[in-house]
Amino acid sequence: MYKWTKNPESRSLPAGEAMAKWMKKNLFPTPAQSMLSIILFSLILKMLTPFLDWFVYDAVWLGSADDCRQASGACVAFIREKFTFILFGFYPREYLWRPIAAIGLFICMLWYSKEPSRWSKRLVRRWVVYVFLWILLMRGGMFGFELVPSNKWGGLPLTLMLSFVGIVFSYPFGILLALGRRSKMPVIKAFCVGYIELIRGVPLISLLFMSSVMFPLFLPEGVVIDKLLRAQAAIILFVAAYMAEVVRGGLAAIPKGQYEAGEALGLSFFQIMRLIILPQALKIVIPPTVNTAIGMFKDTSLVLIIALFDLLNTTKTALKDGNWLGFSVEGYLFVALIYFIFCFSMGKYSRRLEYELTTSRSH
Amino acid sequence: MSEMIIQMQDMNKWYDDFHVLKNINLEVKKGEKIVICGPSGSGKSTLVRCINRLEEHQNGKIFVNGTELTNNLKNIDLIRAEVGMVFQHFNLFPHLTILENLTLAPVWVRHETKDQAEEVAMGYLEKVKIGDQALKYPGQLSGGQKQRVAIARALCMKPGVMLFDEPTSALDPEMVKEVLDVMVGLAEDGMTMLCVTHEMGFARQVADRVIFMDEGQIVEEADPETFFNNPQSERSKEFLGQILH
Repeated sequence: MYKWTKNPESRSLPAGEAMAKWMKKNLFPTPAQSMLSIILFSLILKMLTPFLDWFVYDAVWLGSADDCRQASGACVAFIREKFTFILFGFYPREYLWRPIAAIGLFICMLWYSKEPSRWSKRLVRRWVVYVFLWILLMRGGMFGFELVPSNKWGGLPLTLMLSFVGIVFSYPFGILLALGRRSKMPVIKAFCVGYIELIRGVPLISLLFMSSVMFPLFLPEGVVIDKLLRAQAAIILFVAAYMAEVVRGGLAAIPKGQYEAGEALGLSFFQIMRLIILPQALKIVIPPTVNTAIGMFKDTSLVLIIALFDLLNTTKTALKDGNWLGFSVEGYLFVALIYFIFCFSMGKYSRRLEYELTTSRSH
Repeated sequence: MSEMIIQMQDMNKWYDDFHVLKNINLEVKKGEKIVICGPSGSGKSTLVRCINRLEEHQNGKIFVNGTELTNNLKNIDLIRAEVGMVFQHFNLFPHLTILENLTLAPVWVRHETKDQAEEVAMGYLEKVKIGDQALKYPGQLSGGQKQRVAIARALCMKPGVMLFDEPTSALDPEMVKEVLDVMVGLAEDGMTMLCVTHEMGFARQVADRVIFMDEGQIVEEADPETFFNNPQSERSKEFLGQILH
């Protein structure tokens, strides 16, 4: 008779013994690999010590610019001094709570929306309400909120808005372009192919320039469209072309039998797309979709060339302060850290989403 | 009363310059069970797929339940509602549960309520002996179970005729029987069936007629007894010799 036995590897060992076993297995299994482990560890140590010296032991955490110049370490005091400006740009200081509240709510909304089980029409309605709140908080001009025009917006709220709105609009637009590119109707197909290839063929900077310099020339006298809005539109149009190609990859991965089964059941083309093909195709392309989203999050920093004060531009401006010259390493490291936190979270979330959508619907 | 449910008159189909179906004439009465066999590439799958417009024919006429199959989308919809299809590779929707696979079309095409559709679906799942798997995903089922789900999915649309395109060819040998049993049951209930299959036991047991195709033509058409014991054409003799050993 078969006797049920336990995997001997899963026995629980005392912590120290388990640790030793793990190291033996993973770090020092053979002499050659042990050598490699030792070399890598010493390299890490060699790089870490000067960084710690710079960032902790020799750093100036409190003090003036002069204190910083006399010390050999990092000038954290510079970041403390410029923190508000880097994060919020020229937003009037007396209303600073408004962008803070807007970002806080934004993060709460993202946190709430991350569970696939909460994706419903109600969630969409909540986001619509949130967008209205964002406008009320950031812009004001109603319900007793003082008006803060968009040329005063800057820093993190601006970067977040450009990327988030960019993703939300470019994604469905990209899906439509991808579907159009696979269409059998020649006019639609030609338009989509032309659009995608044209937009992918030019740098984002040129689109931003066109939106800020050339586009207003074509508008009739007296019509002014907000510069921020124009940059936002340029970003959406640009990213949509990339999203389209990502989605097209997913569509190509769905076997023909799925379409045929839908047709045989009498579903219309749009029902087949919406109910059968897109849910599968979009799931397959989660990793490249998030990759594109991360890319665009960082690309929003290009709006600095049309003089919008996004996170990178506020940092550069802070670095130009005559009293605090010469701390660009600190400034850029700080802003890099902020970018990293957001990009890393996106990547992490994408992996989780992928995992959740495949385990609950195992194939 | 023997009403015609499918009529094909001088039907021809080409893939570019390749003439796949040549002057097909076929009539199927309500309640008839027809087995189509023939060597691979003989056009038997294509013939079946023309009936619900998965493939387009270039000339000749096809009528399903009196509706002519043309480019008129309304007619195509009418015909697809009348015709159920089971594929060689099941083609279940992997992102939906078994139950959702079954209720999708009734809800979206027939506009049934979800409860109504689920009740009907559970009925058919019980019938193909798979009711306990309703909340699983297709990926969690065996091949034979998947094909039974696919049959139930087609039945949920209450079709007047069922097309089977090599329903057991992709299955492991030990699962063929469970699928054939379901098909025999369906035949006994009086369903009109067109089956492309090489299961000769099944053909003997349920078919009213066996159609043998070769190179895009219907070469021989006979009741199973005659076809198996006394085939007329050289090609069918050769074919039977090869598959019956």
